[in-house]
Amino acid sequence: MRGPLLDFFRAARSAGLRISPAESIDAVRAVEVVGFDERERLRDTLGLVLAKTLEEKRQFESCFDLFFSRDSFRAEVPAGPDSSPPALPGQSGGESAGGGGGGALARMLLEGDQAGLAAVMERAAVAIGLSNITLFTQVNLFTRRILEQMGLQALEQEIARQGEAAGRLRQGRDWLRGQVRDFVQQNLQLFAEGENQQYRERRLQQTRLTAIDRRDHARMRLLVRAMARRLATQYGRNRKRERRGVLDTRRTLRRNMGWDAVPFLTVWKQERIEKPRLVVLCDVSGSVAALSQFLLLFLYSLNEALSGLRSFAFAGELIEVSNILEREPIERAIPAVLEKIGFGSSNYGNALADFERGWMQILDSRTTVIILGDGRGNRNDPRVEILKRMADRAKQIIWLNPEVRTVWGTGDSDMPRYAPHCRITAVCNTLQHLERIISDLLRDGA
Amino acid sequence: MSAAFHELLHSIEATERGLEDAGYIASRPISTAVYLAHHLRKPILVEGPAGVGKTELAKAVSAWLGIPLVRMQCYEGLDESKALYEWKYGKQLLYTQILKDRLGAVLGEEPGLEAALSRLHGFSDLFFSEHFLEPRPLLRALREPGGAVLLVDEVDKADQEFEAFLLEILSDYQVSIPEIGTVHATVPPIVLLTSNSMRDLGDALKRRCLHLHIGLPDAKLEGRIVATRVPGIEAGLRRQLVSFVQQLRTLDLKKLPSVSETIDWARVLVLLHAHDLDPDLVRNTLNVLLKFENDIEVAEPQLGAMLQKARREVESVR
Repeated sequence: MRGPLLDFFRAARSAGLRISPAESIDAVRAVEVVGFDERERLRDTLGLVLAKTLEEKRQFESCFDLFFSRDSFRAEVPAGPDSSPPALPGQSGGESAGGGGGGALARMLLEGDQAGLAAVMERAAVAIGLSNITLFTQVNLFTRRILEQMGLQALEQEIARQGEAAGRLRQGRDWLRGQVRDFVQQNLQLFAEGENQQYRERRLQQTRLTAIDRRDHARMRLLVRAMARRLATQYGRNRKRERRGVLDTRRTLRRNMGWDAVPFLTVWKQERIEKPRLVVLCDVSGSVAALSQFLLLFLYSLNEALSGLRSFAFAGELIEVSNILEREPIERAIPAVLEKIGFGSSNYGNALADFERGWMQILDSRTTVIILGDGRGNRNDPRVEILKRMADRAKQIIWLNPEVRTVWGTGDSDMPRYAPHCRITAVCNTLQHLERIISDLLRDGA
Repeated sequence: MSAAFHELLHSIEATERGLEDAGYIASRPISTAVYLAHHLRKPILVEGPAGVGKTELAKAVSAWLGIPLVRMQCYEGLDESKALYEWKYGKQLLYTQILKDRLGAVLGEEPGLEAALSRLHGFSDLFFSEHFLEPRPLLRALREPGGAVLLVDEVDKADQEFEAFLLEILSDYQVSIPEIGTVHATVPPIVLLTSNSMRDLGDALKRRCLHLHIGLPDAKLEGRIVATRVPGIEAGLRRQLVSFVQQLRTLDLKKLPSVSETIDWARVLVLLHAHDLDPDLVRNTLNVLLKFENDIEVAEPQLGAMLQKARREVESVR
C-alpha cells in the first residue's frame, strides 16, 4: 500500500508541491486512519496533509487526478479496437490448442482482459523504472522497454507463426502499443514536466534580461509577479525593530501601573521601519529598455509594500509615466511609453535637467531615487551637478547599471562621474540581481 | 485517546452529522479535517476569506463535543505573558508585605546570617508556585481536564516570533515554564488556527498542521447553511436570496459577500417580513451585503437583471 503513495509523493513533488519527509509520514498515517477504498476521501485527506496553500491545493488536485486516472486504459473496447465481432469463445477455442505458446499476453489480448493487461503493464513499468523518465525524447525508448517486458517478443513470434490468421492479434498488438505509449506520455507528464519547468525557470532567473527571448517574456512576467508577491507579503505590513537596551521609561511605567509601577516588565524603545517611497528614473533607450520593463513590472507588482511610487522614463528627454503604468497592464503600458519618447539615443544631462525643472520638489528626505541606466550619454554634458543636488534633497540615490563593472567609464560612459553621488551603485542585469537589490531595499526600509 | 469525545469521532460521517447537529453544515473536506485532527493529533490551520465560518467551525466542534472552547485572539505584539501564563505580581507583592512581619518571627531564632539564609532558601519557591500563576489561554487549554477546543484566531496577525513559540505547543501539546517545569496536556486539545492570509505563515508552522481551505460555498451548500442558521425564512425566498448572492459574487467587487453576510441579510429580510425579493427592498438593504461604496455602485445597475434571473431560477425549480 505504501508503494503507490510513495510514487504519488514523487509525482506531486515534480508538480511543484513541497512535501517534506515529515509530511509524507503524516500522509501515510492519515491514509491508514481513513483507508484507501474511496477515492474522494483519499483526495480530501491527502489534500489536507500535503497541500498548504490555495495554489498548492490546485496543483495537488490536478496531480491527484492525473495520477490516479492513469492506471486504467483510455480506450473502451480492449482487444477488438474496431469492427471485429466479439466472437471470442469460437476464436480463442480454435486457437487454444496451438496458441498456447503465444504467451499470456496474446491470450489476454484475445480475451479482452483489460484489468489483466493493465496489471501487467503496471508491473512492467515498475520493473524498468518508468518513474525515472525525464525527457520527452525518451518516450519511444520506454514504450519499447515496457512492451518487451510485457512479453512482446512471444507475441510477435505467435503472430509470425499464425501468419495470415493472426489478424486479430496484430490489431491487438497495435492497439496495445498505442496504449502503452499513452501511458508513458502520462507518466512523463507526471514525473518530469514539473522538473523541466523548474529548470527552465531557474535558468530564466539567471539569464541576462536583455538577452531573453520574446517568447519567454510572458513566463518572465509571471516569475517577476511571483517574486514581487513574495516580497510584498513579507514587507507589506508596518514593521518595527526593537532597539535593544534602550528603555522606554514612559511605557514601562504604564505597563507596570498595576503593581505600583514596580518594573517587573520592561518595555524597550522601538523604531518603525518605514516603507520605502520611491522615485524611479528609467532609461528606455535601445539596449536598456528590456531591463526597464522588468524593473517597472517588479515595482508595480509590489505596491502594497511601498508607500509611494513615481516613475519616469527618459531617452532624449524625460516624462512622467506613473499614470500610464497605473492605468494599463504593464504589457501594454511599456510599448505606449516607448511610443511617446521613442527609442532615441539617450541624453542623461538633458533628462536630469528635465527632472529638475519639473519634479525636483517631490524629492524629500524620505524618498529613495532609483536610476536605471547604463550611464552612456552619447558624449552630451552629463550635468553631474544636478544629480548632486538630487542626492542632497533625497534620502539616497541607487543606480542600477546593466553593464558589468569593468566597462564603466569606457567610451562614452559617464558612470564614474555619477557614482560618487549614489549611495549604492550595482550591476543589475538578471532577475536574480533585481530581486536581491529590491529585497535589500525593503528590508532596511530604504 | 481516552477522552470522552473519542466515541463521537468514530467516523467521518459521524463527524459531519455531529457538526450539523451543532448547526454547522460542513463540506466533506471540513469534516475529514476535524476527524483527522483528532486521530492524528494534529492542529488544523484554517484559511479562507473573511466570514466563511472559520471561527464558527471551532465553536461548532466545541458545542458538539461538549468541551470548553478556549479562544485566543492574536494581534501584533502578542507575547508569552498574554498567551501562556503570567505571574500574579500584585498578589506576590501583597503577600510579601503581609508576611514581612512574620519574617522576624521565622528568622529571629536563627543565630547567624548563614543559618537565616539557608532557612530562607526553604521558602524560596513559595512565590513562584501554582498559587501565583495566572494561566492564559494556551495554558488553560492544556490543563483542561476533559480536553478542550483551542482556537488560535487570526494567527497571521501575530508576530513571527510568536509563531515560533507556538510550535512546541502544537507539536507536543506541552509547554515549558522555567520556574515550574514542563506542563503536559492532560487530554490533547483539538487545536484550530485561523488565518486570513494577511501574510504568509512560516513553513515550520504549516508543516505541523493539516491545512484546510474554506472557500465561498456553492449554491446548494449555501442554501443549506442559510436554512439551518435562519430557520424562519421561507423556502422560496431562500432560494432567490442564495441565487442572488451567488450572482453577486461573479461581479468584480473589492470585497465579495461571504456566508456571514448572506446570513445577516437573510435575518434582515425575515425581520422585514419579506416574502419576495423586490428591487426596492434589495436596494435598501444592499449595504448588509456590500461593505464598500464602490462595490454598491458597481452592483446597482445590474440589480434588476440579477433579480430576474434569481426569480426565474426559483420558478424553474418549482
